[in-house]
Amino acid sequence: MKKWILLGLALIAIAGLYFTTRHHGVPTGTRGKGIAEQSLAPDFSLPDLSGQKLDLSSYRGKVVLLDFWATWCDPCREEIPHFVELQKRYGDQGLQIIGVSMDDEAEPVRDFYQRFKMNYPVVMGNAKTGELYGGVLGLPIAFLIGRDGRITAKHIGATDISVFEREIATLLRVK
Amino acid sequence: MSCRIKFRPILLAFIFGTVGIALTSGALAYQASLIPASRLINPDELVKILQSAKSEKPLMIQVGSHVLYTQAHIPGSEYIGPASSESGLQLLRKRVEPLPRSKFIVLYCGCCPWSHCPNVKPADDALRAMGFTNVKVLYIPGNFGMDWVEKGFPVAKGD
Repeated sequence: MKKWILLGLALIAIAGLYFTTRHHGVPTGTRGKGIAEQSLAPDFSLPDLSGQKLDLSSYRGKVVLLDFWATWCDPCREEIPHFVELQKRYGDQGLQIIGVSMDDEAEPVRDFYQRFKMNYPVVMGNAKTGELYGGVLGLPIAFLIGRDGRITAKHIGATDISVFEREIATLLRVK
Repeated sequence: MSCRIKFRPILLAFIFGTVGIALTSGALAYQASLIPASRLINPDELVKILQSAKSEKPLMIQVGSHVLYTQAHIPGSEYIGPASSESGLQLLRKRVEPLPRSKFIVLYCGCCPWSHCPNVKPADDALRAMGFTNVKVLYIPGNFGMDWVEKGFPVAKGD
C-alpha cells in the first residue's frame, strides 16, 4: 500500500514538473502595440507552400484569422489543431484562417502541414511582411480581420481558443 | 500467484517511470527556464554595459530565426542560426572556436515566451561544454518585440 502511495506521489511530481516547465511564465493572449486596431489590414502577396501567390485582399468579405507562426515555436504548434478545428466549424460561415510561417525554410513547414493535417492556406512570410504588421518580433501573433478588411484584434502569445472563437463568432454575425 | 503480485507493481513502476522520464526529458531539453539565474543578464544591464565606455563589450549572438533578426536585432550582434537545430549549433561552435574561453559572450533569441524558447538553452549548453566561462543569456520574458524594441532599447534592422 505504502509503495502505491509513493508511486502516486512520484507520478504527481513528474506531471507537475512537466506542466510547470511547459507553461510557466507564458503570457497568453496579450493585446500588443504596433499596428492599430480598426486600421485596414496591410495587403500582401506571398507564395503558399505550393508556390502559388496568395493575396490577402482576395479574402475581403470573409472574416480572416491571420496567424504568424513557425514550426519551431512550441506555443504556435499547440494552437494549430485548434485552428484546424475552427476552420472546419466556421469555414462555411465565412471564416478563413491564413497561416504566415516565419520559418527560414519552406521544407519543415510542408512536413508540418501534412503531419498536422492543416486545412487552411499557409504562406511563407518574411521580414517585410512582419514590418507591415508592426513588427512580428515574437511568436505566435494572430490578427483578426473583419469582413471589411479592418483589424479588430491582435493577440500576442498563445491565446485561449475560446477567446478566438468568441471574437470570430461576433465578426461572422456582421454581414 | 505471489510472483504475479510482486511483478505488477514493478512493471507499473517501470512503465510510469519510463513515460515520466520521456516526458520530462523532452520538456527539459530546451527549457530556457532551467538556465540558472546567475547565467542570465537583463536587458537594462546589457544596455548599461553597451553604453559604458569602460566595460568590456560582449560578443552578442542571436540564436533564433533569421526573419526575426532581419526585422530587429541588437546593434552589433551577429546572427548565427537557430540553436535548436544541429546545423545552428555547428555554426555557433564554429564561430566561437577561435576565441579565448574567457571571452564575454551574450546569447539571445526572443522568438517566444522564455519558457518556450527552443534556442537559448542548447546554445548556452554548447558554449559551456566548449569551456567558455563568461557566457550570459539575455533574459527576454515575453519576446524581443515587447521586452526590447517596445522598451526603447537600441535596435538595428537588416542583415
